[in-house]
Amino acid sequence: MTIEANIPTLPPLSAQSGNLRPILEWLARRAEPVAISLGAILTGLALFSIFITVVGKSPIDLFKLMYTGGFGSWFSIQNSLSRAAPLLLTALCVALPARLGLVIIGGEGAVVLGGVAAAAAALPLTGSVSPIIVLVVMAIAGMIMGGIWIGMVGVLRHYRGVNETIASLLMAYIAIALMNHFIEGPLRDPASLNKPSTTPLPAEYMLGSIPGMDVNWGLVIGILACIVSWILIEATSFGFAARIAGGNVRAAQIQGLPVGRLIVGFTALAGSFAGLAGMVEVAAVQGSANASLAAGYGYTGILVAFLARHNPLAIIPVAILLGGIDASGGLIQRRMGLPDATVLVLQGTLFVVILFCETFYGRFKIFNPDLWKRTA
Amino acid sequence: MEGIGIWGVPLAIFAGAIRVSTPFIFVSLGESITERSGRINLGLEGTLVFGAMTAYAVAVMSNSPWLGVLAAMATGAVFGLIHGFICKFPKVNDIAIGIAMMQFGLGLAFFLGKPFIQPVAPHLPSIALGGWSSSPQIQSALNINVLFIIGALLAVALWWAFKNTRVGLILRVVGDSSDAARAMGLNPDTVRLLATAVGGSLAAVGGAYLSLFYPGSWNEGISSGQGLMAVALVIFARWNPIGCFLAALLFGGAGALGPALQSVGVTQGYYLFYAAPYVLTLVILVVTSSPTRSLAGAPGALSITK
Repeated sequence: MTIEANIPTLPPLSAQSGNLRPILEWLARRAEPVAISLGAILTGLALFSIFITVVGKSPIDLFKLMYTGGFGSWFSIQNSLSRAAPLLLTALCVALPARLGLVIIGGEGAVVLGGVAAAAAALPLTGSVSPIIVLVVMAIAGMIMGGIWIGMVGVLRHYRGVNETIASLLMAYIAIALMNHFIEGPLRDPASLNKPSTTPLPAEYMLGSIPGMDVNWGLVIGILACIVSWILIEATSFGFAARIAGGNVRAAQIQGLPVGRLIVGFTALAGSFAGLAGMVEVAAVQGSANASLAAGYGYTGILVAFLARHNPLAIIPVAILLGGIDASGGLIQRRMGLPDATVLVLQGTLFVVILFCETFYGRFKIFNPDLWKRTA
Repeated sequence: MEGIGIWGVPLAIFAGAIRVSTPFIFVSLGESITERSGRINLGLEGTLVFGAMTAYAVAVMSNSPWLGVLAAMATGAVFGLIHGFICKFPKVNDIAIGIAMMQFGLGLAFFLGKPFIQPVAPHLPSIALGGWSSSPQIQSALNINVLFIIGALLAVALWWAFKNTRVGLILRVVGDSSDAARAMGLNPDTVRLLATAVGGSLAAVGGAYLSLFYPGSWNEGISSGQGLMAVALVIFARWNPIGCFLAALLFGGAGALGPALQSVGVTQGYYLFYAAPYVLTLVILVVTSSPTRSLAGAPGALSITK
C-alpha cells in the first residue's frame, strides 16, 4: 500500500479510460502471479536446457519425451496422477500453517506415523467387519495420529515459543525412529523377512482404484482435501481470522482473536492431512506399514506448497505437474540414456528459480495499479 | 571376541561414535558459521552429497583422495554462494531456498555421479593409534581418520576465533544485528554470503569423508540425513563450535548404539536409541524457549529464533 493510494480525493480519471480502469486493475492484480510464475518456469527450463546441451543431449528431444512420459498417453497420465496424489495431502500440511506464518517442514513424520496408526487400527478389525468400516477406521486413526503429531508442534510454538520449523524437523526424525521400532518390534509380521512390515491388509480390504482408472482413491481424497482447505481459508471466519493472525500476530491478539486456538487448530488439521496421506499409502499402495512410508513425500510437499504460494487450489495443478515430471523419469532413462536423476535436476532447478522469483512480487509497476499514472 | 566380551559394546560405541561423527562435525561446524552470521542454510544435505560425489570422482580420476577433498570444498563453496546470493534478495525465504537447493544438489550429484558408482577410489589415510594392543577390535577402533583429528582441531580453532579475532567479531555482529553491522560500515549481505560459502565447503568435507573413508564408496544412498540434521545439531550445541564437536560425537554414538547392541544379541527396541539425540534436542529447545523472548545464545538476526 503506497501513500498515494491513501490520498482521499483522487484526481478525476479521464473519460475514455474511466470505464476500463477497474477491469485493468483487476486484470493486473490477477496477472502478477501468473506472469511471474510463467517467467520463472521458462527461466528454469532455459537453464536446464543449457545443462542438457552441455552434457551433449538435445533439450528439445528431452522435453518431448517428458511430455510423452508425463501426459502423452492415458497410461502416463494415470501414472502422473498416482504420483501427485500423496503430494496433494503433504503440501496441505505445509500450506495451511503457512497461512498463519508458520513454516512446518516435518510433514514426513505425520505421514509415517499416520501410516503406522492406520495399519495398527486395521489389525484387530480385518475379518470381522466390512471393508468400508475398516477403511474409515484406518483413515480416522491416521488423521488423529498425524493431527496430534503436528498439532503438538503448534502447541509447543504457541505455549512455549519453540520454533516450529526445527521442532517439526526433529519430530520427523523421532517419528521415523518410532515407525522403525513398531514395524520391527511390536507390530512386525513374522512372515516379513527381508523387509520388516506390519501384517498385510487382505486384498479385499484395500482402498481400490477410481472406477475406469488405474489411480487409487487417494487422488480424489487429496483433491477434496484441497478444495475443503481452500473454502476453509477463503470463505469462513475461521480462515479469515487465520489470515489476519498470519499477517500480524499482535494485531490479531489486540482484536481478541483466539490466536492460540487458531495455531493449534491449523497445525492439527495440517497434520491430519499428512497422516491421511500415510493411511492412503498403507491402504492403497503398500498394503502394510513399512519403511517405504518414508519416501520423502513430506519433503516434496514442502516445495509443492511453496510453489503454489500456499494456495490450496493451486496445489492441485502444481502437484500434478510435479507428478508428471516424476513419472517421465523412466522413459528418459530408457530412450535417451540419461540417468533417472535427470528429473531431480529439473525439479531442483525449477524450485530454486521459482522461489528466487518471489522477490519480483510488487517490483513491476504494470502489476501494481496503485502506482499507475492518473491520467488527467 | 577373545578377551573383550562385554567390553565390546562400549568399545563398539566409542569406535562407532568416532567413525560416524566425523561428517556431523564438519556439517555442524559449517552450519554454525553460517548461522552465526544470521542466516540458516537447510540445503547442506545437498551440498554434502554433492561433495561426496565430487570427492569420489576426483579421487578416482586423479588417484589422490586429498585432491578429492579440495575439489569437494570448492563445489561446496559454490553451493553456499548460490544460496547466499539468492537469499540476499528481499521476500526470499531462506528455509524454502535451502530445501530447494537440497533437491538440486541431490539431483545433480546423482546425475553426474552415475558413472562413478563402479570404480574404486583411494581412501583417505587414517592413523593407527591402537598398535599397542594385540586385540584386532581395539586396533580397528583406534584406527582414527585424519579428518576426524582435523575436525576436532577446527572446532577448537573456531571457538577461539569467534571470541578473539576480528573476523569472529564481524561474524557475530552481523549475526546479532544487521543494523549494528551497517553502523560499523559492514555489509551484512556480503558477510553472510561468505559465511554461507565457508559453511558449504565444510559440509562438503563431511561428504568427502563419507565417500572416501566410511563407508568409503559412492552411491545414491550414501547420506542418511547428516546434512539435514546439522541444523538440529547446531541448536543442540548452542552455536558453540566445541559444543558442535561434542554433539556430533553424541549423535554419532547414539547411531552406533543400535548395531553395537545388535552384535551382542539385543535385537529389539534399539531403534528408539536412534531417536534419543532428537528427543534430547527437542527437550533442550522446549526448556530454553519462551514465548516472550528469543532463544538464549542464538544469533539475534537468525530467522528461526524470532
